[in-house]
Amino acid sequence: MSILFLLLPVALLLGFGFLFAFIWGASGGQFDDLETPAHRVLLPDSTEEFKTGEKRHV
Amino acid sequence: MSETSVARKETYSYDDDIVKMFLIATLVFGAVALLLGVFIALQLANWKLNLGLQWTTFGRLRPLHTNAAIFAFAGNGIFAGIYYSSQRLLRTRMYSDLLSRIHFWGWQAIIAAAAITLPLGLTVGKEYAELEWPIAWVINIVWVIFGFNFFKTLQIRRERHMYVAIWFYIGTIVTVALLHVLNTIQIPVSFWKSYPVYSGVQDALVQWWYGHNAVAFVLTTPFLGLMYYFLPKAADKPVYSYRLSIVHFWSLVFIYIWAGPHHLLYTALPDWAQTLGMVFSVMLIAPSWGGMINGLLTLRGAWDRVRQEPVLKFFVAGLTFYGMATFEGPLLSIKSVSALGHYTDWIIGHVHGGALGWNGFLIFAMTYWLVPKLWKTELFSVRMANAHFWIGFLGTVLYMVSMWVAGITQGLMWRAVDASGRLVYPDFVETVIKIVPLYWVRALGGTLYLFGFVLLLINVVKTVRSAPKSEKRETVSGLGLADSKPEVYAGKPHRMLEGLPGVFTVLSLVAVLVGTFFELAPTFLSGEFAPTVVGLKPYTGLQLHGRDIYVREGCYTCHSQMIRPLVWETKRYGDYSRAEESIYDRPFQWGSKRTGPDLARVGSKYPDLWHYRHMMDPREVAPGSIMPAYPWLFKGKTDFEIISKKLSVMKSLGVPYSDADVENAEADARREAQAIADKLISEGADPKTAEKEIIPLISYLQRLGQDYKKGAIK
Repeated sequence: MSILFLLLPVALLLGFGFLFAFIWGASGGQFDDLETPAHRVLLPDSTEEFKTGEKRHV
Repeated sequence: MSETSVARKETYSYDDDIVKMFLIATLVFGAVALLLGVFIALQLANWKLNLGLQWTTFGRLRPLHTNAAIFAFAGNGIFAGIYYSSQRLLRTRMYSDLLSRIHFWGWQAIIAAAAITLPLGLTVGKEYAELEWPIAWVINIVWVIFGFNFFKTLQIRRERHMYVAIWFYIGTIVTVALLHVLNTIQIPVSFWKSYPVYSGVQDALVQWWYGHNAVAFVLTTPFLGLMYYFLPKAADKPVYSYRLSIVHFWSLVFIYIWAGPHHLLYTALPDWAQTLGMVFSVMLIAPSWGGMINGLLTLRGAWDRVRQEPVLKFFVAGLTFYGMATFEGPLLSIKSVSALGHYTDWIIGHVHGGALGWNGFLIFAMTYWLVPKLWKTELFSVRMANAHFWIGFLGTVLYMVSMWVAGITQGLMWRAVDASGRLVYPDFVETVIKIVPLYWVRALGGTLYLFGFVLLLINVVKTVRSAPKSEKRETVSGLGLADSKPEVYAGKPHRMLEGLPGVFTVLSLVAVLVGTFFELAPTFLSGEFAPTVVGLKPYTGLQLHGRDIYVREGCYTCHSQMIRPLVWETKRYGDYSRAEESIYDRPFQWGSKRTGPDLARVGSKYPDLWHYRHMMDPREVAPGSIMPAYPWLFKGKTDFEIISKKLSVMKSLGVPYSDADVENAEADARREAQAIADKLISEGADPKTAEKEIIPLISYLQRLGQDYKKGAIK
């Protein structure tokens, strides 16, 4: 079972890696707006589709 | 105003050729995977379809089928979807067209290598990780190229917010890299043969940590990412709850990684590890169903369109099958349910509910939606697509139901004990004959599914043919990344470090770990693994070679070597398996399915001649058996020369062979083979038997369980 010395740290590393990525994402504002992204996906690809998202910065 | 003025208007285009390439590969290999599946399903219904050829037996084709389905069909499908959606979600072309193409051709080369090596019997012998070490290395390299290209694309994105699908892709890329690297650390014996550094229980734990997460991070997370992009697009509705999708992602990736040991319930794996795996597996139902519900409710207000549009039909059914499979998974992970379901066809039914119903249907939905878009035309026939849906649906249901019935029937027969405490069906073959009719039903289900797939192929070909000939390169214009920090998008070097610290940290950690493990693992692990059980002798050279033949022929696809501590198992096979018994097993061969009986204690149960006749023609000694015959083992000569090398690699991994053992390995093996052959010849076997591969195989089979029987293990 010594493999657990390997697998447990790796599993924890992955877990904390994801936790870290979440915190980074959240603090970077990735999850501030939970409405617009869902709608923005639906805009056609070939127009200036960024307008809605842009408002956040103005 | 001051902030928006920073954003410049830019014109760019998407690389849709790479999407087309991956999509075509998906369809080609989908046909291959399904054809193979139907073929091996028929082999189980009628053993004669093994064709008496070594390259076409079930044991060699089953790994080819699973690899084709998971890595060629689903794999290419994922890549097609990722390349299409990522470019649009990030509003940029992929970082490098060249890297995209290296990824594409590298991946197809891996598939081609698998298609050649697996029928030849070149295999590691661990499920879904069968590809031998040179190919495993190419996988590592190609995956890193894909990941690098993807993360560089993230850096140059024009859309600051990363849509939830992107998170799923990131999770996939990072985790698959780690899983694959850790599970394929093996020491080569020759160019096409290697031994894993882990043995026995260790190997089992790593393998199923990998194996289950192959399901999680190849067949689940990327598909959920695709679902979160393509379903809202197809329905023209925003995802039901973006908040839920975020919670769904983070909880899913965190919990999945722990669930592997549910493949090892009631085995020699320590109890606490089994319980840990069980608990996390049961917890998985929450995020899984969260995802399903989020997908289904996205269609609120659009249900009327499901009636007309095949794309939405496939999505709805796919999500429902996902919900069923992710209910069934936690259920089967409960120890008492596993006691019934493990080793039976129930598991096969469960897996195909996911593979056919979820992965297949999602790829079909994506294909029907993408093909007209990519080739700028209309789908050739909506009616044909609807027909595909119903035929595929019927095929999947027939498959699942027949395997449920077969699995539960056989599981109940195995455990049936009469009032006096004896097994009601002591003869294993009885329980097989009972379910053979269901194998025909399963084959019918698979054939229907394949037939539906052919309709898809026709539809796609006709659609592409109707596409306008002259294609003008379509450009997109939009604003550059708008942000309050101008230097972020000014193309300065530190943008790279600033852009993705979390992801890059994880990736660089992975990179560091890879090197560390390859350098340290063999010595570190061999020290840790040094067998300390007194009196437990390693395999002789001949037995070890025979074991490699056992692995080569894929015996583990139908036979387990793990007797669980359950009354009806110990009555049938002997005392339950101990962890120490597989301490020299590289790879472990505990198996996951019993189409034939367990072999953990088969040694000395039958005379050598029985095995000789059985391998020549199983039905001669076991009437009703569905096992293929192995005539080539009586023709092929044993490679005695390589045995010494095998022993020396094992010795370097800590197996207690002396230098003399290694040096004299060839002579010892020949002597041992001659002794077995002499006895067989005196009983009427072919006089040239001593040289043939059947001898090492018999010597291995006769060794199984002997340590326990001779009292070396308490």
